[in-house]
Amino acid sequence: MSGLRKYHAAVWDEPLVMELGATGRRGIVFPETEQAIVDAVGDAIELVPESVRRSGPANLPELSEPDVLRHYLHLSQETLGMMGISLFGTCTMKYNARVTESLVRLPHVAETHPAQDVQTQQGTLEIIYGLDRMLCELSGMDQFVFQPGGGADAAFLHATLTRAYHHARGELSQRREIITTAQAHPCNSATASAAGFDVITLPMEEKGYASVEALRSVVSERTAALMVNNPDDMGIYNPDIKEWVDIVHAAGGLCFYDHANFNGVMGRIRAAELGFDACMFMLHKTFGAPKAGGGPAVGAYGCREHLAEFLTTPVVDKDDEGYTVKVNRSAGTTQVREYMGNIPVVVKAYSWLRAMGADGVKEAADLSMLANNYMERRLLQIPGVTKALPHLEQHRMEMTRYSLADLTEETGVTTLDVQNRMVDFGVDAYWLAHEPWLIPEPFTPEAGEMWSIEDLDYWVDVIAQICEEARTTPELVTTAPHNQAIHRLDGSGLDDPGRWATTWRAYQRKNPDASAGTAG
Amino acid sequence: MTDVVSRAHPYMANSTDEARKHMLNAIGIQDVDELFEQIPPGHRTGHRFDLPDALTSEVSLKRHLTGVLGKNENCESYLSFLGGGIWQHHVPAICDEVWARSEFLTSVWGTAASDLGRNQAWFEYASQLGELIGMEFVGLPVYSWGAAVGHSFRMAARITGRRQVVLSSLMDPEREAVAKTYCGFAEQEGHIELIHVDHDPATGRLDLADLERKITDETAAVYFENPSYLGIIEDQGSRIAAMARNKGAETIVGVDPISLGVIAPPSDYGADITIGTTQPLGVHMNGGGGVGGFIATRDEERYAREYPTLQVSLADTIVPGERGFGMTLFGQSSYGSREDGNDWTGNSVYLWAIANAVYMSVMGPAGFEEVGKSILQRSRYAARQISSLPGVSVRWGAGFFKEFVVDFNATGRTVAEMNAALRDKQVFGGGDLSQDFPSFGQAALYCVTEIHTLDDIDYLVDSIGEVLAR
Repeated sequence: MSGLRKYHAAVWDEPLVMELGATGRRGIVFPETEQAIVDAVGDAIELVPESVRRSGPANLPELSEPDVLRHYLHLSQETLGMMGISLFGTCTMKYNARVTESLVRLPHVAETHPAQDVQTQQGTLEIIYGLDRMLCELSGMDQFVFQPGGGADAAFLHATLTRAYHHARGELSQRREIITTAQAHPCNSATASAAGFDVITLPMEEKGYASVEALRSVVSERTAALMVNNPDDMGIYNPDIKEWVDIVHAAGGLCFYDHANFNGVMGRIRAAELGFDACMFMLHKTFGAPKAGGGPAVGAYGCREHLAEFLTTPVVDKDDEGYTVKVNRSAGTTQVREYMGNIPVVVKAYSWLRAMGADGVKEAADLSMLANNYMERRLLQIPGVTKALPHLEQHRMEMTRYSLADLTEETGVTTLDVQNRMVDFGVDAYWLAHEPWLIPEPFTPEAGEMWSIEDLDYWVDVIAQICEEARTTPELVTTAPHNQAIHRLDGSGLDDPGRWATTWRAYQRKNPDASAGTAG
Repeated sequence: MTDVVSRAHPYMANSTDEARKHMLNAIGIQDVDELFEQIPPGHRTGHRFDLPDALTSEVSLKRHLTGVLGKNENCESYLSFLGGGIWQHHVPAICDEVWARSEFLTSVWGTAASDLGRNQAWFEYASQLGELIGMEFVGLPVYSWGAAVGHSFRMAARITGRRQVVLSSLMDPEREAVAKTYCGFAEQEGHIELIHVDHDPATGRLDLADLERKITDETAAVYFENPSYLGIIEDQGSRIAAMARNKGAETIVGVDPISLGVIAPPSDYGADITIGTTQPLGVHMNGGGGVGGFIATRDEERYAREYPTLQVSLADTIVPGERGFGMTLFGQSSYGSREDGNDWTGNSVYLWAIANAVYMSVMGPAGFEEVGKSILQRSRYAARQISSLPGVSVRWGAGFFKEFVVDFNATGRTVAEMNAALRDKQVFGGGDLSQDFPSFGQAALYCVTEIHTLDDIDYLVDSIGEVLAR
């Protein structure tokens, strides 16, 4: 592929901040305490009981402010992020509008305190209420809360709400099982387990999803809930999902729709119309807020009226006087985090929906479906690339899972090698698959609606180029990356107690002679 | 002429007729609806979506958002003394400058090489926090202090095989509600029972005699905070930890890290697991959205193997002498082991970890000492001046950091009345404790930090005095 750009990441050979600076330098100073205060209260350290005074200064670096700034700017430049093309599957990479980024940094968001009187928080509450109404419209649910700090936290909220619901009915001792599928995100099974339930995981079958019979065989009076996503990360939509919901409901269980993969179906289906009791949207994915390397995020959790009494609080409502906040700590059994949620993320999602409108939302879904299927046509022309479950001929949804098993068999080059090589072209690493891998050597791009046809073509060209390299110069791929700030990680010590080091002080203790190495 | 002006949506490059046609042709279909063939007709909604009209233009969108958000007052337009779990500290501009960089803001996962800088910043977060709190093993942040409490209780239960946690009766009800959610119901196997310890009414500190009674062979952990929710500096840490150790229980201490330039780190007095908040370290309050939590311990397998979080470790690359960063003990997380992993993890507040790293770098040892001293003196001064007002007293007038309880009972006024009147003077009075701690009667939790000047405090005191004089 001759059309690929020349690219090389910034290389700053940047030391750790703990290795920088010099004694006595300051990055910030604070106002001297006014004499009147000192006269009244005396020496500061005398105000701390003697036995718990800090005995010596913390061993932190001492840097001037510009030195700190340049250090972290170097680190930012050694971070690819979305500077190139990022089609990270399941995460719905999309544009994070900078107008909202700038607005949430103003004091009327940044410098608000959650305990302010509600009359002084009417702006925030209007946004929360407005987003709640819009998400109810999209899902058919009756009430949303934004407290969960991510999708997994929303799954935890559902697991704990399931617990509270059955507890209130006196059936918690009996209903000890939550059913999920091997294709559901690991957070569903993990949060169910953390909430005290036994987890039943249905395996994938020939059609790309578990059968109704498989579900029936595990549903019983012990069933507390079903937690699933649909479509799954392979782009397969389970057409039996309404029947699933009916079966679980008939047995007395609740049904939770993990809407992680909402981008392709938004405006086309509504969780409540499929029968679900509750659902979750990720505002940092589908609704335009940034990934931020892993939060701050929001798992917006919505439920039907019959579950609202078990919801965590605060809940925002509206009356003649304005917007109100209802707090009920005695509920206390489903509160998964303090306060009303990551307000800046809520504002960003509200803003995204206002910028899109109903037509824009549907257009985004259409474009993400078009883009994925467009890419799929091209990717499957690359020798060595196959589609997961190739016998399923219907068009995939907004994502398709691929396998490089053929390429690996032919060349020895694995999907991890390809992932490490693609960053040499300024293209963000692709997503492989959640555990357990259901197919060998997986990779999962998600095009979304942001990226242009030229971007999608470029991304496919890069994969084609790497597959070609795998045959002609495989060591180029297996030793990649070559154009990054550092080389491939040697992870052999990561799980070795004698070698792992999550802090600099641990590293120094375990490597008393080491100090010469430099990061990037 | 207007016909040729495209109204393609600015966020979507392919929202042109030409792009759609190009993709439709390449796929070999006539209509985009054909792509939805997997969805049975009975699943498709006939609902007409009633969303507000699109504000596709940034001009209109900004106008709208500014108008709505402008209905808020905030802690810069008002003088605020609210705290109690989220606090108004000075956020150095450089913190916002760094986290808002598009590279950090938009990164998702990447590789060790391509997102090196972010991973290094995370490592620097953990390393600097480890220095401040005196711990060698530090996980990436969790959602909040409350989440850290919940996870740490579960860690202690796994470590000891026991099912009770003994904790102060004066904990933040909001934080405790979160912790309770992590502990489950009594009829569940694996339920963790929370047992409260009284406080000494004279000092606000833990009642050690009551603690002695409550620690048993069933105790997984003793949990206390320093400073406590009500601002009290707990100076009996060594004795508490010794009592826990005698019964084979873990000692978990929750801290506000901005206090650690003047107060000893919990490792000095025997903490096994140190947890706390990250918000004071360079993150805005964000209406409550600024919260973040941390979990840290000694670097021992007994603890390391029970973490629910992801952790970044310094590591080698395939080139000798070159450093990189990778995830240690990934396999024990829910990403690695689903329901068999430790609790669960997911998106958290990793961008705030970068703000925290920048904050600790500009602060240095002197910055933490200076800010700690400033808060000690300013808050003590405020407490002293407030308690000079007729009928107003401070419940524990010494031995506190940043926050203190103001008792209005003798004034005959409620905190709600006081705070309503103070708002007329552009002041947010302290948080109302009367609902959560009814035994205190009409009491409020006041918070004074490094941002409050002598004039601010005097204005507050004068304002309270004027309200009371009415």
